[in-house]
Amino acid sequence: MMVEQLVQSKLVLLGEMGSGKTSLVQRFVRGQYFENQESTIGASFFTKTIPEKHVKFEIWDTAGQERYHSLAPMYYRGAAAAIVVYDITHPASFERAKKWVWELRQNVQNPSLIIALVGNKVDLAEEARQVPEADARTYAAETGLLYFETSAKADINVTALFDEVADKLPKAAAPQQPSGGIQLAEQAAPPPRKAACCST
Amino acid sequence: MDEEYDAIVLGTGFKECIISGLLSVDGLKVLHIDRNNYYGGQSASLNLNQLYERFRPGQKPPAELGPSRDYNVDLVPKFIMANGALVKVLVHTDVTKYLEFKAVDGSFVLSKGRVEKVPATDWEALKSPLMGLFEKRRAAKFFSYCQQYNERDPSTWRNWDLTRMTMHELYTQFGLDVQTIDFVGHAIALHQNDAYMMQPALPTVQKIKLYYESMMRYEGLTSPYIYPLYGLGELPQAFARLSAVYGGTYMLARPDVEVVYDEAGTAVGVKSEGETAKAKFVVGDPTYFPDKVRKTARVVRAMCVLSHPIPSTNDSHSVQIILPQKQLNRRHDIYVFCCSYSHNVAPRDKWIAFVSTTVETSDPQAELAPGLQLLGKIDERFVEVVDVFEPLEDGTRDKAFISKGYDATSHFESEMLDVMDMYRRITGKPLDLGKGDLRKRQESQ
Ligand SMILES: Cc1cc2nc3c(=O)[nH]c(=O)nc-3n(C[C@H](O)[C@H](O)[C@H](O)COP(=O)(O)OP(=O)(O)OC[C@H]3O[C@@H](n4cnc5c(N)ncnc54)[C@H](O)[C@@H]3O)c2cc1C
Ligand SMILES: Nc1nc2c(ncn2[C@@H]2O[C@H](COP(=O)(O)OP(=O)(O)OP(=O)(O)O)[C@@H](O)[C@H]2O)c(=O)[nH]1
Ligand SMILES: [Mg+2]
Repeated sequence: MMVEQLVQSKLVLLGEMGSGKTSLVQRFVRGQYFENQESTIGASFFTKTIPEKHVKFEIWDTAGQERYHSLAPMYYRGAAAAIVVYDITHPASFERAKKWVWELRQNVQNPSLIIALVGNKVDLAEEARQVPEADARTYAAETGLLYFETSAKADINVTALFDEVADKLPKAAAPQQPSGGIQLAEQAAPPPRKAACCST
Repeated sequence: MDEEYDAIVLGTGFKECIISGLLSVDGLKVLHIDRNNYYGGQSASLNLNQLYERFRPGQKPPAELGPSRDYNVDLVPKFIMANGALVKVLVHTDVTKYLEFKAVDGSFVLSKGRVEKVPATDWEALKSPLMGLFEKRRAAKFFSYCQQYNERDPSTWRNWDLTRMTMHELYTQFGLDVQTIDFVGHAIALHQNDAYMMQPALPTVQKIKLYYESMMRYEGLTSPYIYPLYGLGELPQAFARLSAVYGGTYMLARPDVEVVYDEAGTAVGVKSEGETAKAKFVVGDPTYFPDKVRKTARVVRAMCVLSHPIPSTNDSHSVQIILPQKQLNRRHDIYVFCCSYSHNVAPRDKWIAFVSTTVETSDPQAELAPGLQLLGKIDERFVEVVDVFEPLEDGTRDKAFISKGYDATSHFESEMLDVMDMYRRITGKPLDLGKGDLRKRQESQ
């Protein structure tokens, strides 16, 4: 039997505070939604495997560092995909999303980076939509982005979003780091080999 | 920003970011500000364009050096002891998940004018020209004493009280010769000069143990050192993320930020862009507290781009070479540090070598010559002389907790002592690395 290798892919979330980044991830990873999702504190690293697509997502949430536009380059490093979220009821969050797309292109070296633009809170579309879907779609098409309108609350399009991103990931394993990495948390090498400098 | 915090941290250098992360984890409300628009301050890693902006304003880097973004050149180069305090903090805080590390290939030492490998195996030790045959036997006895020494077990002491006996006396007990002592004190215990010889032996014996334990810490190490991919600039970023994950607020690019003191001279907050943030205390690097620090030393560093590994280091991609002061008739050691594209700090087939020392004369550049000579052809070099400051007070009175500047040593042990001491002064308790790591608290799956 051939076992296909899981491709581990780093996925970063970007977007205005309160646009629903954490809610989308919660919905995707755990199938949960919280009306009073707290501003992200204490947990900002999620993993989720989609076995059918042989993808293991390593999902980075912003941890609030974007509030004053102070994300570190490390956040983008090695990202295979980015999800840029705005709130369809807040035009300013759409403008901010465009800035994030620009910043991603500046910061990420990976030429095959997949960017998905996501208009969230579509459950509120009837009464409160402020960003027309057509505007966002046009912008996404011009800029080469995937586009989805989602609701973390009503579970609309969330699975479709992550599935599509997974499908678009390059099939070949991502370019590997130079080998020889060390897992720092690993226990000490058990039977001490005799080291020169100070052994007996 | 017009808000009240428990702590405000100024500067996103390595030490400030660790403190910020630890305080946030402790549940304090932290505001962390930097005057620059990038993380890391003095401990940032720069790309080639940034290096040119800093050292050759107005010039463009030549094309032969390769793409700017492939460079991550540390301003303060240092390796990490694999079993040292920094690794313990990294594991304890689970910050390791943001970072990737690789072993450093080798550690070398200048001895009688030649660069020799510090033996990593018995076999290497046996063949090493660092010592003669009989000296090796004496050294083996000495190392074995250090390694089995246990502060809490008097049966390992041989009736010597290492808190009183000087290191010089301990060496004499084993009959070690001058060359061996030089090598042990500088390449293994990593002392910067010989002042330690007249001090109690215990700290040096502990340093020798640390070297040995670091060597053993991970399978297949050929030196006691490790180093992160993409350079040390990753460390402050990783700890800043830890702090943010635990609720810390980050503000970069605040060039006008300054500390606010009350009439009694106690730090009560900071102001920037017309706003004031209050805090119970302020932490920061010396540049944010110009009136509260004094200059203790100057460090000169050369950063060099090479197209080859350092000769006489067995084509190593990452090495340290220590040039003990005595071998050069100096008062401070010279450190050479080299890494390459194998740690993602330079484009393919380029090496970055650093030479640094504590300044002793009025011509600091010339002091680096013995180190620079070892490098072979240098494609490009940048030289910097920086002042090292330390705080005048310990912060308990004026609530201004200030870190010390980064010394010339090529490893983090002295920096971590400062961090742990700051943490103790700030919180009134020692940093407890024993209680289980934070992974379970953060694991979100
Ligand atoms: C940098 C460095 C670090 C070191 N670190 C360690 C360490 O961590 N642990 C450690 O164990 N050792 C260390 N050594 C010492 C080296 O590893 C020892 O030489 C090694 O342990 C071999 O020991 P040996 O007993 O075989 O001694 P050797 O001195 O190599 O002797 C081999 C054998 O021949 C005998 N012999 C020696 N000289 C004579 C002679 N002139 N005539 C007749 N017989 C002789 C000895 O009794 C011995 O049995 C270090 C050496 C160096 C240079
Ligand atoms: N109606 C509606 N509300 C949503 C939706 N998604 C999130 N919210 C709500 O919007 C608020 C903010 O959501 P978060 O997921 O915390 O947003 P965030 O982008 O992670 O915010 P920060 O962590 O502060 O950057 C919460 O009150 C959520 O309950 C949605 O699809 N529909
Ligand atoms: Mg969030």
